[in-house]
Amino acid sequence: MSYGIRLHVWGDRACFTRPEMKVERVSYDVITPSAARGILEAIHWKPAIRWIVDRIHVLKPIRFESIRRNEVGSKLSPGNVSKAMKAGTTAGLVAYVDNDRQQRAATILRDVAYVIEAHFEFTDAVGPDESVGKHLDIFNRRARKGQYFHAPCLGVREFPAHFSLIEDGQPLPEAHPERDADKDLGWMLHDIDFTQDMTPRFFRAQLKGGVIEVPPWQSTEVSA
Amino acid sequence: MTAITHRYEFVYLFDVTNGNPNGDPDAGNLPRLDPETNCGLVTDVSLKRKIRNYVTLDKDSAPGFAIYMQEKAVLNNQHKRAYEALEIKPEDKKLPKDEAKARAITAWMCANFFDVRTFGAVMTTGINAGQVRGPVQLAFATSIEPVLPLEIAITRMAVTTEKEAEAQSGDNRTMGRKHILPYGLYRAHGFVSAKLAERTGFSDDDLQLLWNALINMFEHDRSAARGEMAARKLIVFEHESAMGNAPAHVLFDAVKIQRTEGTQDRPARSFADYRVNVDAKAMPKGVSVRELL
Repeated sequence: MSYGIRLHVWGDRACFTRPEMKVERVSYDVITPSAARGILEAIHWKPAIRWIVDRIHVLKPIRFESIRRNEVGSKLSPGNVSKAMKAGTTAGLVAYVDNDRQQRAATILRDVAYVIEAHFEFTDAVGPDESVGKHLDIFNRRARKGQYFHAPCLGVREFPAHFSLIEDGQPLPEAHPERDADKDLGWMLHDIDFTQDMTPRFFRAQLKGGVIEVPPWQSTEVSA
Repeated sequence: MTAITHRYEFVYLFDVTNGNPNGDPDAGNLPRLDPETNCGLVTDVSLKRKIRNYVTLDKDSAPGFAIYMQEKAVLNNQHKRAYEALEIKPEDKKLPKDEAKARAITAWMCANFFDVRTFGAVMTTGINAGQVRGPVQLAFATSIEPVLPLEIAITRMAVTTEKEAEAQSGDNRTMGRKHILPYGLYRAHGFVSAKLAERTGFSDDDLQLLWNALINMFEHDRSAARGEMAARKLIVFEHESAMGNAPAHVLFDAVKIQRTEGTQDRPARSFADYRVNVDAKAMPKGVSVRELL
């Protein structure tokens, strides 16, 4: 566990959507390793490195809330854009929200706080002048100052994540006395395998003493 | 258009008097409430809709400022005709495999549509090149204090159908319901990432337009349901660097909103009942704070 980092993240609301419930979104009980990786990448990432989440500490009780919003059911069509580009005008290239209205409820988490423990590995894209220390320094410097590439979020962009770096030797933040310390969270998304045509891979998430041990990506505990 | 080079955060305060700022479809259009605290909520998408509508009015579809996600209310008939003429189902659900072409499509959308450039858009399934992540991110707005929704019954001196008229033997009345908040002051937080702006070409002019939209959007969003809504404060934090110079939560914490002296023991009914303090001395190095409103 050399070159590890610990990041404290928290926010008012969060939605780590379960893939089996995406229409009327329902959040997982806790942050997924995939979302945690996204937060780290929002602070520092290069194609030369890959963040690996080792452990997730859950600091607050797991609580849900429901919210319903108007959404649009369709996506922007590249075919229509090409046509408009050829015609050289944006006329007609708009989506009318009212024709495509969907009201969807989301069951989201309230008042969350986690500690993400992670490290990184080099990928095949690593250049000759890359060093572990360099990326570690960049990440720590940015996290310490509150710098980021884009604002990190808790699952979806409307729920911003606040973060602060936990320095080496610094104790973890106080956990809420009523937090769930032991719980079987069932099968949870680990991450999406982009090399295998976006295959999601899952693992059995167990909350023990307030901590989820995230098995390594290549281990037998993680299956598609 | 050169992209912005600074990171920004902003605190946006707006209030509502005798109106419903954002109805909850789950609760019969009652103003949205946070069930735990009874504070009011306004969703991020509600505010974004108003920004889009303001830009539509302000720029009148000038080149580069078209709005992709249109509301029917601002329908332009010529657009409508072209839209129907062009409504052809593309056969390929994914962006072209050819990355250069995919990039060209994305770039063209960003160049022509303000909302795609600002908030981003999903253009496809699967391939990342077709997803535009916009630089501007808004969080839910919550009210400073718990709000009290009132249900007002109203009558209409007319009926919709003959059948109703007969049933009432010519009395012709219908009852309706209206939900209002007597008063609520809401606080929203927003983020502007310079690094994502580089990718969509979100420029300083666009940023200025965004501030104008936030300041003026309620002036063009009057309706029977909204009551009196007004933008009260727009406090912008500008970082010297693109990555930022301080954590966002530290900056937000520097904006404190309290009740004015002598009003604490009664419910707030106007903006004068609140005092907004921006602790300019608490600003970390490299961050400047401006009150645009």
